[in-house]
Amino acid sequence: MDTYETLQQSYKEILFSFLQKKNEQSLYDAQQFSKKVLEEKVSPEEIVSIHLEVIQELYPDIPPETQESFEFLLEVMIGYGMAYREHQILRNRQKELENEIDVAANMQHTLLPSEIPDVEELDIGVITVPASKMSGDYYHVIKDANGLIGVAIADIIGKGIPAALCMSMIKYAMDSMPNSILQPGELLESLNRTIEQNIASHMFVTMMYGSYDPKSHIFYYGGAGHEPGFYYSEQQDRFEELYAKGLALGISKEAKYREFSREMSEGDFVVLLSDGVTECRTEERFIEREEITALIRKYKHLSTQKIVDNVYRDLERWQEFQLRDDFTLIIVRRKFKENK
Amino acid sequence: MKLDLRTEDMKAANAKKLYVAGEIDAYTAPQLKEALSQLTSRDQGITVVDLEGVDYIDSTGLGIFVGALKDTHSHEGQFKIVSLNSRVKRLFSITGLDEVMDIDEKEGANQ
Repeated sequence: MDTYETLQQSYKEILFSFLQKKNEQSLYDAQQFSKKVLEEKVSPEEIVSIHLEVIQELYPDIPPETQESFEFLLEVMIGYGMAYREHQILRNRQKELENEIDVAANMQHTLLPSEIPDVEELDIGVITVPASKMSGDYYHVIKDANGLIGVAIADIIGKGIPAALCMSMIKYAMDSMPNSILQPGELLESLNRTIEQNIASHMFVTMMYGSYDPKSHIFYYGGAGHEPGFYYSEQQDRFEELYAKGLALGISKEAKYREFSREMSEGDFVVLLSDGVTECRTEERFIEREEITALIRKYKHLSTQKIVDNVYRDLERWQEFQLRDDFTLIIVRRKFKENK
Repeated sequence: MKLDLRTEDMKAANAKKLYVAGEIDAYTAPQLKEALSQLTSRDQGITVVDLEGVDYIDSTGLGIFVGALKDTHSHEGQFKIVSLNSRVKRLFSITGLDEVMDIDEKEGANQ
C-alpha cells in the first residue's frame, strides 16, 4: 500500500504535467490515479486535501481566497467520504450474503438425485433449472427392493430460501418412507400429514407421484394439486392429459388422495412437469400446453434425455432466456423390445 | 409493480369485500397478505375477495389465499373468492383449492 506521501508525489507529477502540457496522456494518468486511490480506499476529502497541498507547493502565490475555498470544499467532501465508507461496508456485507446463498444453493443441489437409476425397461430423462439460485422444484427417482420404480415431481410454493428449507423436509420425509415403494395414494397421504404439521400457513407443496411396475407394465399415479402432465400413446400417436386431481399438500390434514393407473405399451411415455414449464411466456402471451406437446412430438424420436434438453432449449429461446419460474421436465418412456 | 387494493363494507353485518387489481406474484404478494390479514383476523368476520382485476397469479399468490383461509377458520369467519377469470380459476382448480374454498367465478363479474 502506498503511503500518503507517495500518493501526494504522484498526484503532484500528474497535475503538474497536465497544467504544463494539457495533453491526453495526463488525463489518462489521472484516470489511472483515480482507480488506484479507489482500490486503496482513499476518501474524497483526502484527495481534496492532497490537491490543496500540491497547489500550494506548485503555486505559492495563489490568492488566499482560492486556498480557503479548497479548505471549504474539504469540509463539504467529508459527508461524501462517510457515504463512500458506508457503501464499502455494504458491498462487503453483500458479498458475504451472496457467498452464504451460494453455499445454501450447493447444499440444496445435493438434495436432488445425483443420478437416475438404471432401469432396463425404462428410458428416463430429467431436466431441472432454477429461475434463481435457490429452486422450489423437487424431483426424485428411485428403484426399490422389488424392482418398482418411483418417480416424484414437486413444486414448493414460493421461491428462495423458504422453499429450499421446505424441500429438505420433503426429501427427508420421502427418504424415511418404508423401503418398498408405497402406492401413490398412501404415500401422498403420509407426506401430507408431515408437511401439514411443519409448514408455514401460507405455504403448500404440489406433487405428482407415480410408480411403475416392470412386471405388469402398469403405471400407478396420484396427484396433490400438481400441474397435470401428459400421457403419450405410441399406438394412437396421441397426447392425453395426465391429471390426478387432489388437494395440494400441507393445506388440510384430512386430505385423501385417489390413485389412478395406466397400462403402458412399448413406446408409451409419461410427461411430468412443473408449472415453470406451462407458465413460460413470451413478451406478449403465455405458452399454451399444446405448444409444449408439439415440441415434445418434434423430438420424440430421440432419447428422453435429449427430448427434455431440446424442449428446454427451445422454450428458453422463446422467452428470451429469462426464466420466470423454476423449470422441471421429466419423461419416463417404456422402452421398445430389442428386436423391434 | 403495485397492486391496486380497495376494501368496502358490504350490506351483511361484519362483511367486507376486498377488490384486487394487478398481477399477484412474489413481489406484490406481501401487499396482498397485509391487506387480507386485516380482514381475516376479525372474529366471525366475512371476507370476500374480488379478483376481477387480476389476470395473473403465481403460486406465491395462491399461498396468500391459503394463509387467509386458515386465518379465517381460526377466527370462525367465512372466506370467499369471486369474479375470477378462467386462467386464475384454473389454478385454484388444479391445486384442489376450489374444493376447500368457497369460490364463485361469476359473481358480479363480466367473465
